[in-house]
Amino acid sequence: MELSGIDRTVIGADSAPSSQSGDNAFAPTATKSKLGARGLQLLSWLAPVVLVVIWEWLAQAGWLSPHVLPAPSKVIRTAFKLAATGTLLNDLGVSLLRAAAGFAIGAAVGGALGILVGFSRVAEAAIDRSVQMIRAIPFLAALPLVIVWLGVGETQKIFLVALGVTFPIYINTVLGIRQVDPKLLELGRVQGLSSLQLIRRIILPGALPSILTGVRYALATAWLALVVAETIGAQSGIGFLAMDAREFLRTDVIVLTIVIYALIGVAADGIARFLERRLLAWHPNYGAAR
Amino acid sequence: MNAHVARLSTASFETGPAVVVSNLVRSYGSRVVIEKLNLRIERGEFVALLGESGCGKTTLLRALAGLDSIQGGRIVAPRRPAVVFQEHRLLPWDSLWRNVSLGLQVPDARERAAEALTEVGLGDRLDDWPRNLSGGQAQRVALARALVQQPELLLLDEPFAALDALTRIRMHELVRELVTNHQPGVLLVTHDVDEAIALADRILVMRHGAIAFEHRVVRGASAPISRSELLGELGVNSHSTH
Repeated sequence: MELSGIDRTVIGADSAPSSQSGDNAFAPTATKSKLGARGLQLLSWLAPVVLVVIWEWLAQAGWLSPHVLPAPSKVIRTAFKLAATGTLLNDLGVSLLRAAAGFAIGAAVGGALGILVGFSRVAEAAIDRSVQMIRAIPFLAALPLVIVWLGVGETQKIFLVALGVTFPIYINTVLGIRQVDPKLLELGRVQGLSSLQLIRRIILPGALPSILTGVRYALATAWLALVVAETIGAQSGIGFLAMDAREFLRTDVIVLTIVIYALIGVAADGIARFLERRLLAWHPNYGAAR
Repeated sequence: MNAHVARLSTASFETGPAVVVSNLVRSYGSRVVIEKLNLRIERGEFVALLGESGCGKTTLLRALAGLDSIQGGRIVAPRRPAVVFQEHRLLPWDSLWRNVSLGLQVPDARERAAEALTEVGLGDRLDDWPRNLSGGQAQRVALARALVQQPELLLLDEPFAALDALTRIRMHELVRELVTNHQPGVLLVTHDVDEAIALADRILVMRHGAIAFEHRVVRGASAPISRSELLGELGVNSHSTH
């Protein structure tokens, strides 16, 4: 979370033309004026690129056993080979579908419960304590029980993802609705809004920053849940690819699956950030300056 | 309890007063805040309500706005009054024109909002966000939002208290102009004696939940009312403030 916060400021500074001209005009430090925002961005990529180059060199020189860690070039070649046979895309598709289905179910359940509890004190009294108690369980600890209930098929995987998604969405939806400024609600009444208009014009937009924070957390837990679920008894998917490769000590395939998990995690975060920028354009902390 | 709030249609009140309050009682539990209060405000009349903190003046305004229930008496208002609060209360997620047209049930909401924003000098900022406004500008948008509803009763709850002195003077001019153009009945709740003298046709001083003093300002008279006289009514020793 903190890392992504730093990342966000970098992007903001880069996309705002005024900050660049300000750098040139005042030149607060010598380094800054020489490198500029683009230069700093390049510099931030230097360390990871150097690390990969060193890794490649160590592997090529025979210092790294391919059974421990294969060369990056070998991983890339494996990726192309698997892609060519179609298995990679197929497994990727299966994994994404599981994640999407689990996310949709979890978000729907968490969102619906959150709205219900957010609006009704009676619903809060009836539901909230139970949800908070279940939430106290690390959802991965429920895995053995889930396997007993549902076996190791698709249902178990989607259920586990949904379980991980439900709670962050629920909590942030309730929080968001409860945090809506009562003075704005009063204004809505003065302006003669109906209950439905009040929800649409004031409560939901007011709760949206919190709900989107929930979506962001949920995407992270969904991915984590999928990795764990696919590691156990999968017949397809990225996790299956990794487990299958383990049997044959194919570290190149294992590293590839790890990289794919990472890339999809980055993509999910990108989606969440895109949603925040689009939907919270009015918000001083998210929106791009107009 | 014989509490009663009547919101009559505009048609039946074409020329009547903006609001009539009779024997209003407002209490929190056993604590009575407003005791048998009577008030009548004509259309186009500007009434300023002064009083110490806790005297019940904001409570009266909230009762007139329909925000709080009343425990006795009768309020007859032609239709839903418009309110401007001390804070602008603009929705940060809506553009200025969307803010101004909030609750406006007409097809040409954007045009109406544009007219109202032009009236307060912000006609070129229709699609701007509230966060880009200064305090005075935001309060002008709040005024536009109140007036776009064409209210017969306009309730102002210390709307200029948070503004700096210069901005406040400009807002006074704007409010006088808007009230002259639209002719609503106005109730301005304020702490500021000078503001009351500058704006009002009639000044009321409230004490212990009742109206204790009333003064009709005659425009153009050599000395409308002395500051010290009003301050005296508010329980401030006028010699120490001069």
